[in-house]
Amino acid sequence: MRARSIRTTGAVAAAAALAVAASACSSPDDGKGSDGAKDSAVVGIAYEPETLSPLLGYGKDGNSKIFDGLLTHDADMKLRPALAAKLPKVSDDGKTYTYELRKGVKFSDGKPFSAKDVVFTYETILDKKTNNASKTELDALKSVEAKGSDGVVFHLKYPYAPFAERTVLPIAPEHIAGKQDVNKGDFSTKPVGTGPYELVKWSRGEKIVFKANPGYWGGAPKIKNFTMAIIKDDDVRATRLRTGDLDGAILPPNLAKTFESDGQKKTYAAKTFDYRVVTLPTGNKVAGSTAVRRALDIGVDRKAMVDSILEGAGKEAYGPVPTDSPWFTKGTERKFDAAKAKKILDDAGWKPGKGGIREKDGVQASFPLWYLTGDKLRQDHALAYASDAKKLGIKVEVQSGTWEVIEPRMAKDAVLAGGGSPADPDFDQYTLLKSSLAGDGFNNMAHYDNAKVDKALEDARESGDRAERGAAYDTVQRELVKNPGYTFLTHIDHLYVVNESFGDLSTQVEPHDHGLASGPWWNVEDWQPKK
Amino acid sequence: MARLVGRRAVFAVPVLLVVTFGVFAVAEASPFDPVKAYAGTAGLTASQENLDQLRANLGVDKPLVGRWWDWLTSALTGDLGDSSTLRQPVADAIGERIGWSVLLAATAFVLAILLGSALGVLAARRPGGWLDRGITSLAYTLEAAPPFWLGLLVMWLFALKLDVLPAGGLTDTASTTVTFDQVTSHLILPAAVLAISQLPWFVLYVRQGVGDALGDDPVRGARARGLAERTVLLKHAFRSGLLPVLTLVGSRVPELITGALLVETVFSWPGIAAATVGAATSVDFPLLAALTALATAAVLLGNLLADLLYGLADPRVGFDG
Repeated sequence: MRARSIRTTGAVAAAAALAVAASACSSPDDGKGSDGAKDSAVVGIAYEPETLSPLLGYGKDGNSKIFDGLLTHDADMKLRPALAAKLPKVSDDGKTYTYELRKGVKFSDGKPFSAKDVVFTYETILDKKTNNASKTELDALKSVEAKGSDGVVFHLKYPYAPFAERTVLPIAPEHIAGKQDVNKGDFSTKPVGTGPYELVKWSRGEKIVFKANPGYWGGAPKIKNFTMAIIKDDDVRATRLRTGDLDGAILPPNLAKTFESDGQKKTYAAKTFDYRVVTLPTGNKVAGSTAVRRALDIGVDRKAMVDSILEGAGKEAYGPVPTDSPWFTKGTERKFDAAKAKKILDDAGWKPGKGGIREKDGVQASFPLWYLTGDKLRQDHALAYASDAKKLGIKVEVQSGTWEVIEPRMAKDAVLAGGGSPADPDFDQYTLLKSSLAGDGFNNMAHYDNAKVDKALEDARESGDRAERGAAYDTVQRELVKNPGYTFLTHIDHLYVVNESFGDLSTQVEPHDHGLASGPWWNVEDWQPKK
Repeated sequence: MARLVGRRAVFAVPVLLVVTFGVFAVAEASPFDPVKAYAGTAGLTASQENLDQLRANLGVDKPLVGRWWDWLTSALTGDLGDSSTLRQPVADAIGERIGWSVLLAATAFVLAILLGSALGVLAARRPGGWLDRGITSLAYTLEAAPPFWLGLLVMWLFALKLDVLPAGGLTDTASTTVTFDQVTSHLILPAAVLAISQLPWFVLYVRQGVGDALGDDPVRGARARGLAERTVLLKHAFRSGLLPVLTLVGSRVPELITGALLVETVFSWPGIAAATVGAATSVDFPLLAALTALATAAVLLGNLLADLLYGLADPRVGFDG
């Protein structure tokens, strides 16, 4: 090889590299529609989905932009028909759900949507070979069948009142997804659905770009281009919002505050079911003691946590159900009362010992509390909890670790956990409190075991009657006062800062999971931008 | 020459085997659970049965050696397996990203060679002069500056303070298409940082080479014949002084790869860096093994290139050495 040929090779390589860069050129978009109103929006989010395929779990809680479910939620989280023409008919025994489908709906590739797509979607998710980590949520479902091209019937294994809430999950087209391996086919990066937006491009770790689906059955969206930039770092997100690169972003309370005086931006605080909780495992001699649990339950200052850690953006939590939810049992709020907490411990025989730490039968009132490394909010909660506990004479040793470190210790050590699912009280409470699910993955982390609660949870999920269900959840919440297996601390508001040029926006009640559909852009397809 | 290439190719086989097996062994020993990584947030509410099923489906419950052997045999038939974190075939995952990494690394490398040679010649003209002292000390300073830190520094200066260049990404956030202009403006900062991190070696090598050549007989003869200083410097001294630089080109490859990984991370450049880090922390065996094999091959090729160039540049060095 002579020097000349080396030079030539180098030039070819460089030219090839530039050709890669230059491919896919097209005219840039200035973001303005013909009528002068801004028709594009760019928002900054902190998390990225693992996949965009509903068959692998994307959009299971509804509102997935590219897809529609049979049902969807409105601003108040009430179920509304989407791909179904109306809400389902439920049989008297609560085991059969019948849906009539909307007619004339097309996937964005122009192919018609029909009952076979619904059957395909549910059957694929239930298939053991499908790597869907959320399939447990469809545990109640036995089978699904098509009735003609516009009817679908779901058969359940047991009566399950909140089942309709599960049918918000997105429907995938059989004519595309059915022709490939669901676990690794390109449907998970190039999805096609019936939703208000189509995917233009997903650049992993950088952004997800959508364009409006002109043929959307609900009407073409006014926001034609919608981009979600994935920016993990809070400060970088705030900076890019300030420079005008972003039109909106989710921000932690301290950074959201810096936009208060900015006249061009509005701050939205979304109410959530997102709780922070300390698990008190029954396998721990101290945390498993009812007296210790009750003392901690009234001896921690939740109000102070809301004010100092959340800067007021949140509220005190007494269970998975937030105090402003219709499912909350009035009167189960716990007043902060350190003196009463100490008395409970005294009466139960936990006497002050060395260094002010209480003891009983030679056991020191002390247990470890783990939080996820790097999660500032959880760290703050854990430290505040330990500091309040210390005043009662209980030593809580705060430690941090990854889930790999924490998980094997969950049966004995306390964990600062988070969760929350607004759609139905069953979703949180059953997995959190049912004794048979103790230690099953991350379900019932505290190994909580209470026969009355078990019975109430079963009654609540089987009954289709709102009043009966409400009574059962009242029982659960009252039992949690007598024997709390967890110390619920706060429900956290999610804060979003958005350009005011998009007009007055709204937010939905949000879950713990920061899904793509959270935030004021939950209904971006309905936005009416100002001129 | 052919024998050298052949021998190196044979030698590469055991190296690649050992390196890929090492990757599987290290990943196996790490505390990360591939099933948890795959499930993501859904894993926090999944039942144990569901997680066990996932473990079986993903094939991560097999013993270490079996898993490595499966990967190796299918890789030899051209099937690199499927990435569990990216939910797509490894070949596609790498194919989508490597072009951008190559573009970044190639631009930086060309910049470093051109700029390095120019500065080196300038410094060699008057050894010990103020220009030489300035350039040499700058080279030593840059040699000590980590690319990660340099990246943050230029981002702060050009993107935040002066607001003349974008802080990261391949294109503007709002842009839906990849255009030449956008990529060029987004390429400037990361390529410059990577080039600067490579620059000192080229500057110092050229300075030394050209400086030595200026003292050689042919150059002194050319001067005596009254040739212009410019001609002497560029036609005579630079040519012979450049020879050692050619060998440097190959040996800089490993440094270029690690530097590119860091720079890509700082500037959210959509190359293979993020995929590499993700593959490592999620114990994504197929992707991790393929990326490691790729990096190893690049280093071996770089070494081969260095030896070949050295042989070409200096006929006294045979190819069998």
